[in-house]
Amino acid sequence: MALSGIFLVLFLALHFTINFTSVISPETFNELSHFMGYNVIVQFIMQPILIAGVVIHFVMGFVLEIQNNRARGVKYVQYKGGANAPWVSRNMIISGAVILAFLGLHFYDFWVHEMAYKYVEANPEDPTRYYAETVEKFAPFWRTAIYVVSFGLLSLHLWHGFASSFQTMGVNNKYTPSIVNFTKIYAVAIPLGFAFIAIYHHFNPIIH
Amino acid sequence: MKIYLKIWRQKDATSKGKMVDYTLDGIEGDMSFLEMLDILNEELISKGEEPVEFDHDCREGICGTCSLQINGRPHGPDTRITACQLHMRSFKDGDTITIEPFRAKAFPVVKDLIIDRSAFDRIQQAGGYISVNTSGNTVDANAIPIEKEKADLSFNAATCIGCGACVAACKNASAMLFTSAKVSQFALLPQGRVEAADRVMNMVRQMDLEGFGNCTNTGACEVECPKGISLENIARMNREYLSASVRG
Amino acid sequence: MGILDSKVPKGPLADKWTKHKNDINLVNPANKRNIDIIVVGTGLAGGSASATLAELGYNVKTFCYQDSPRRAHSIAAQGGVNASKNYQGDGDSDYRLFYDTIKGGDYRSREANVYRLAEVSGNIIDQCVAQGVPFAREYGGLLDNRSFGGVLVSRTFYAKGQTGQQLLLGAYAAMNRQIQRGKIKSYTRHEMLDLVVIDGKARGIIARDLVTGEIERHSAHAVVIASGGYGNLFFLSTYCMGANVMAAWRTHKRGAFFANPCFTQIHPTCIPVSGDHQSKLTLMSESLRNDGRIWVPKKLEDAKAIREGKLKPTELAEEDRDYYLERRYPAFGNLVPRDVASRAAKERCDAGYGVNKTGEAVYLDFASAIKRYGTEKAYTSGIQDPDEDTVRKLGEEVIEAKYGNLFQMYEKIVDQNPYKTPMMIYPAVHYTMGGLWVDYNLMTTVPGCYSIGESNFSDHGANRLGASALMQGLADGYFVLPYTIGDYLSDDIRTGKIPTDSPEFDQAEKDVRDRLNKLMSGKGKHSVDYYHKKLGKIMWDKCGMSRNEKGLKEAIKEIAELRADFWENVKVTGSPDSKNQELEKAGRVADFLEIGELFAKDALERNESCGGHFREEYQTPEGEALRDDKNYKYVAAWEYKGEPKDAKLHKEELVYENIELKTRSYK
Repeated sequence: MALSGIFLVLFLALHFTINFTSVISPETFNELSHFMGYNVIVQFIMQPILIAGVVIHFVMGFVLEIQNNRARGVKYVQYKGGANAPWVSRNMIISGAVILAFLGLHFYDFWVHEMAYKYVEANPEDPTRYYAETVEKFAPFWRTAIYVVSFGLLSLHLWHGFASSFQTMGVNNKYTPSIVNFTKIYAVAIPLGFAFIAIYHHFNPIIH
Repeated sequence: MKIYLKIWRQKDATSKGKMVDYTLDGIEGDMSFLEMLDILNEELISKGEEPVEFDHDCREGICGTCSLQINGRPHGPDTRITACQLHMRSFKDGDTITIEPFRAKAFPVVKDLIIDRSAFDRIQQAGGYISVNTSGNTVDANAIPIEKEKADLSFNAATCIGCGACVAACKNASAMLFTSAKVSQFALLPQGRVEAADRVMNMVRQMDLEGFGNCTNTGACEVECPKGISLENIARMNREYLSASVRG
Repeated sequence: MGILDSKVPKGPLADKWTKHKNDINLVNPANKRNIDIIVVGTGLAGGSASATLAELGYNVKTFCYQDSPRRAHSIAAQGGVNASKNYQGDGDSDYRLFYDTIKGGDYRSREANVYRLAEVSGNIIDQCVAQGVPFAREYGGLLDNRSFGGVLVSRTFYAKGQTGQQLLLGAYAAMNRQIQRGKIKSYTRHEMLDLVVIDGKARGIIARDLVTGEIERHSAHAVVIASGGYGNLFFLSTYCMGANVMAAWRTHKRGAFFANPCFTQIHPTCIPVSGDHQSKLTLMSESLRNDGRIWVPKKLEDAKAIREGKLKPTELAEEDRDYYLERRYPAFGNLVPRDVASRAAKERCDAGYGVNKTGEAVYLDFASAIKRYGTEKAYTSGIQDPDEDTVRKLGEEVIEAKYGNLFQMYEKIVDQNPYKTPMMIYPAVHYTMGGLWVDYNLMTTVPGCYSIGESNFSDHGANRLGASALMQGLADGYFVLPYTIGDYLSDDIRTGKIPTDSPEFDQAEKDVRDRLNKLMSGKGKHSVDYYHKKLGKIMWDKCGMSRNEKGLKEAIKEIAELRADFWENVKVTGSPDSKNQELEKAGRVADFLEIGELFAKDALERNESCGGHFREEYQTPEGEALRDDKNYKYVAAWEYKGEPKDAKLHKEELVYENIELKTRSYK
């Protein structure tokens, strides 16, 4: 859980960096996107690893949830979970499930589109199409709203998950407080950044 | 003061239990929570009913026997105490108090509020010791100086009273805090290093076999632990476990 | 020597144990595998004995009424464990520990046993450190010590305020290692209800599974009773709620003599009783007397004002306070032995100087310690002219580091902050020095039946010194019994398994069942606790901190009447065939109702004051205990003859070859 989580956190940082260029410089964004989309190593080694990482993470998450549920056969009549642990830490399965659902939409929006463009329709390479395609995606309000809400839950998920993964891996030394602080900042900043990108493109459509 | 009780009653391990309501009058703030239950039981006996059975022994917060989930929290609303140290001054006139046993698949109910925590014993038996004979023919106690800081950390981990509040509080009924406290106590001492790798592997294996849930680091255990055992112990155990696994 | 042979080996005191170990018979390792031993009780004595016996190769079965061996009440011992290590270089030695213990016990214990205890005390510390017991350490990494009452050296090893728990977890861990190996079979939630004696030898027990109610037979070649003391007969005590005398008392009824039942320790520093609902008392460790000063107001009107809540203790000027221990015992001050401190508190409260609502409490004040430590800490932290608040803050931090858990415990119970206002304390029943009579080998008068730890009488005489109970429990269990039991068992290597279908087992089981059925058949309306509280009141009023002939005679009569009423009328709900806490309690109280009478009889018979036994008729003009060595320098061992009043007294004369008997003085 922790290892796949950390891996996904790293990926998230990369994903964010690339996406953020779409706000600053459409050219750079196109270049980077094209590289990611057509580089053999990225496409045929890193992409499957990433997908495997996502699958491992959520399958394990569901398995753990089932196991943990079974560990208490008879439930409490009264249980004050909120008295001793924050909501986010107790409800990773909820934030996780929402993010998973969001990933479905996100894959449909970009990955399925890419696959179809490259391999099914076998269109020729066009290193300049990405920026426009991205901005266009955020034109409908409903999609932007779903993205933003999902980023909120991602933030909650990271708030607990990122720091927690260090605990699970047994990291505990004089740097721990700094590490925890960093994870909290990360958990807020990255999803906020993603949300900013989505909102930015929604309000700054390309005028044809 | 007058209080309303909702108490879990269950005849034996195989019966189905249910919550039963009772009302008590004349309760004073200086009474301990368990003394309040004593009064209830005296009333029940005088009416010819069977008293509510609950585990308790030292009544000073050290034996770890009492195991009551009070108003949805192990050992009740106060922190850093066991149920026997809880006093009725924590409640108000007219309060309703729900009392249940600690619940986990690994802690089956024996009767009423009494549970079977022998799973904890079995985890300890799997490796919660240093394999030294009790002949007394060891080295002098002062032959190996131990850094005070480490000795204190080891002591802090060793203060676990094995009550099971960590399991009761955890949404996953995980026994990681309990197990890691023992692993930590020995891992921090030079005497315990020799068997550290085997110890952590064996104890964790037994813990999983007993049917406890997994740790998702919610931290509820640390908050509810009457002895304030730190989550750092879980991190230490994870570290010990990882390094033992890697080394095989 | 008559019927009581203490079997103390000949030779110089310091050589006795070594010589004895060399002389006694051993059982070879292959034969140990064919020998079964039952250990009843898993506290420090029982736990350590079980682990060691199993390690030696015997097959051990342990029994405890708790849900885990780890919960035995040894766990509640706070202060520490004594050992004559002389790590502090303050002149300690085995001899001094021996001497202090004999003197502290007011010259009513057996020299050879006590010397052996002192001799093996150092081993305990070595052993426990090797087991990973986290004792307190100094910054240099070496073990720290503190002082306890009745001694002039610093020989107490400790683990904050929970030494007992840490030592017990050490023994429990050693047991777990043997359970894992299959050498110990641990029966938890089981209670011993009778001893089975076959051809004059202890050969097994009848036990009840407290969960199913099933009556079980267990056989063995030897039975070890390690079931602790009987102080719970006072109802209110610092004992755990389940502590009982059942195993020891049923053994007594099967032929083991019971020694010095009236020797009970009343601990001076417990949290006072707050009301009728009280179910137990909580101890505040004796270690607090290292730093706390005990006082009551000098003037009666001040005491009255404090009781009525018109005056606060902190408002009372220094000259209006009576630090009565420092006044009466300048040499030992607040660190006099427990019996002396308790009686002094009672004396002040009886005279009208008590400070809580019921007038039964004195102050234990940390203000001067906070000031002293605070000033010291300020200087070492480089603060030159610290103001009062800084000193107080720093001082409170030091006190918190030393006694934090005790202060927290006090605050939770009393709802007062002991850093800001003095603690209120009062004596409470804490330990019983009396117990099953044992010889030098720790064997009772029933061959094959041993008794160790608090359940025997051997080492503490008429008063136990602080931090010596843990020492004795572990010494008996780890280092004495495992040797001496071999001497007896060496005759049993050809016996083979003891069958449990013999007429003796049949009879013992029938007796047990009859008794349980009788307990269930009471027709009255009062619960078990009703009788227990009544007994406790008789004991506390008439057999407590001070006793007199009239009161003791009344107690004997009243207890006998109460017992008759109990058996006729006690109301026990539920059934004997399932978990039934009321039935468990009833069985225990039934025994208390018998030993209580023997207790009073023993106290009446001993016409002297010594240690915890204070007879008002025998005191010096200053109110100190007046011993009578000419007539009472013996162990009173009682033989069961049907009713407690018919018990027959046997005397073991105590021989002091190495110590001159003196009047105990802590002035």
